[in-house]
Amino acid sequence: MVENRRWLDILCHAVLIAGILAIAFPLYVTFVASTLTQDEILRVPMPLVPGEHFRANYSQVLSAGSHSGAAAPVGRMMFNSLVMALAIALGKIAISVIASFAIVYFRFPLRNFFFWMIFITLMLPVEVRIIPTYKVVSDLGMLNSYVGLTLPLIASATATFLFRQFFLTVPEELAEAARMDGAGPMRFFVDVLLPLSRTSIAALFVIQFIYGWNQYLWPLLVTTEESMYTTVIGIKRMVTGGDALTEWNLVMATAMLALLPPALVVVLMQRWFVKGLVETEK
Amino acid sequence: MAAVSLREVRKAYGSLEVIHGVSAEIADGEFVVIVGPSGCGKSTLLRMVAGLERITSGEVAIGGRVVNELEPKDRDIAMVFQNYALYPHMSVYENMSYGLRIKGFPRSEIDARVRRAAGILELEPFLNRKPRELSGGQRQRVAMGRAIVREPSVFLFDEPLSNLDAKLRVQMRAELQALHRRLGTTSLYVTHDQVEAMTLAHRMIVMNAGRAEQVGSPLAVYARPATAFVAGFIGSPPMNLVPRDGKLLGVRPEELEPCAESEANLVAQVDLVEQLGADILVHGTVDSTRLVVRLPASRKIAEGRLPLRFDPARAHWFDPASGARLDP
Repeated sequence: MVENRRWLDILCHAVLIAGILAIAFPLYVTFVASTLTQDEILRVPMPLVPGEHFRANYSQVLSAGSHSGAAAPVGRMMFNSLVMALAIALGKIAISVIASFAIVYFRFPLRNFFFWMIFITLMLPVEVRIIPTYKVVSDLGMLNSYVGLTLPLIASATATFLFRQFFLTVPEELAEAARMDGAGPMRFFVDVLLPLSRTSIAALFVIQFIYGWNQYLWPLLVTTEESMYTTVIGIKRMVTGGDALTEWNLVMATAMLALLPPALVVVLMQRWFVKGLVETEK
Repeated sequence: MAAVSLREVRKAYGSLEVIHGVSAEIADGEFVVIVGPSGCGKSTLLRMVAGLERITSGEVAIGGRVVNELEPKDRDIAMVFQNYALYPHMSVYENMSYGLRIKGFPRSEIDARVRRAAGILELEPFLNRKPRELSGGQRQRVAMGRAIVREPSVFLFDEPLSNLDAKLRVQMRAELQALHRRLGTTSLYVTHDQVEAMTLAHRMIVMNAGRAEQVGSPLAVYARPATAFVAGFIGSPPMNLVPRDGKLLGVRPEELEPCAESEANLVAQVDLVEQLGADILVHGTVDSTRLVVRLPASRKIAEGRLPLRFDPARAHWFDPASGARLDP
């Protein structure tokens, strides 16, 4: 802030507090609901202090899911989600970093054509191509498998584009110096380019991990067996329709659990994440 | 150690030729500076010797071996880049040893070479630092260290001092000279700064628009510029070129002196006097051509008419169309 003015301070704080309330209050209610019994939640008004069933609710969902809806244990679902999020994040990074390396550092016929092909897919989100993709995955017999869950989501124009832009900012002399030093292209890639991209990689990992973890539509289509449900799908399946039947306390506990890993990833990688978005080390 | 030969070297991008056949012989151990204004093709020429640009036609030979088709790493050369091109994530030690590690030198040999180079360049205290923790001059030295450890037969310098401030540049210039005296390695050095060229070079190649206008020792080039371009490029301030009798008359600023109207060879209209401390630079026009005179600071010159004379034996004449030197 350029100036110190009391009313401005107050205004800023008011806006910030309003923002925090808008975001934090629903989270708090979710948490409270996850510690109550079904009956307590349905009471009007719902209590706003945590109840005594924290342990009971969480151990119930982790080991056995809900009673009335899906009975798959959330522990299993979280494992599925983790596999999916990690595979998508790492797969996307691996493929896009190599693709951008090829596009930026090698001259091959139709290079720009390929780049623009990749770029154009940016405009096609999963939802647009979901029916042909589903057809392909199902024909290949990959329904209800980790491959089917992750593979169609790995190809990423965004990450390829980001890495391309980053590689273009790496001074050309660096590649030339490596060439003078006798480093071949792959050696340059591994020894110079990858270490320089590590902050971008970290930032992309965080973004893509959350993207993978929060996938809803695709897992909803390709998983029909409870053992392959991801957490987000699990929540959906626990909501059976009708307030009386849905065990909201268990749904909320699952929601809280679903929230944890992405939050952890963000908190643990925050420093790298911000670095990757803000600074380019050259 | 090796001699370098350039034989009718040409470079074309598509149909656009940027180097029009440059030939030069660089002797073993010689320090040759390629100098010219920006865009004259001097860096391109150096990069062709380095192997970073393809040679369109002609030959480059290093140590008697034609290297046109060889990768840079096989040419037995080392290059210092203008922006140093240090690997930002590696320490000084790793930067200097990277090339040797790739070549698979034994660890003890690498260590010995890096420490020796660091000793020469006074880099020992910084071996574990990252390039961003170094000053410009230190980075410059690391870039040279990286070249030295490879013990190449030719050093290539691409404007290595142009990112340094003026004072550091003078200091590094002296260090470069000392380094060359000590190592005696054949060096090719590209710069646009004619002072650097004059002070560093055993011989210089003055380039203009893709052609080598003159090859010779700095003093020879200074004393007898082969073309009007060289005359107007070398020297600080450069030679005055005044049209006279259908030819171009060249007189160095220091060869001119004020005199009585009756003895005058030229009459200038002075419009600016610059104080340099020891000298003054008098700027003016003769028949609408700009002209500079360098005089001792003790001379008091006023703006306005100034008759000047020079020794006709020390004047140079050039053909105004081709720029070629005309000897009487």
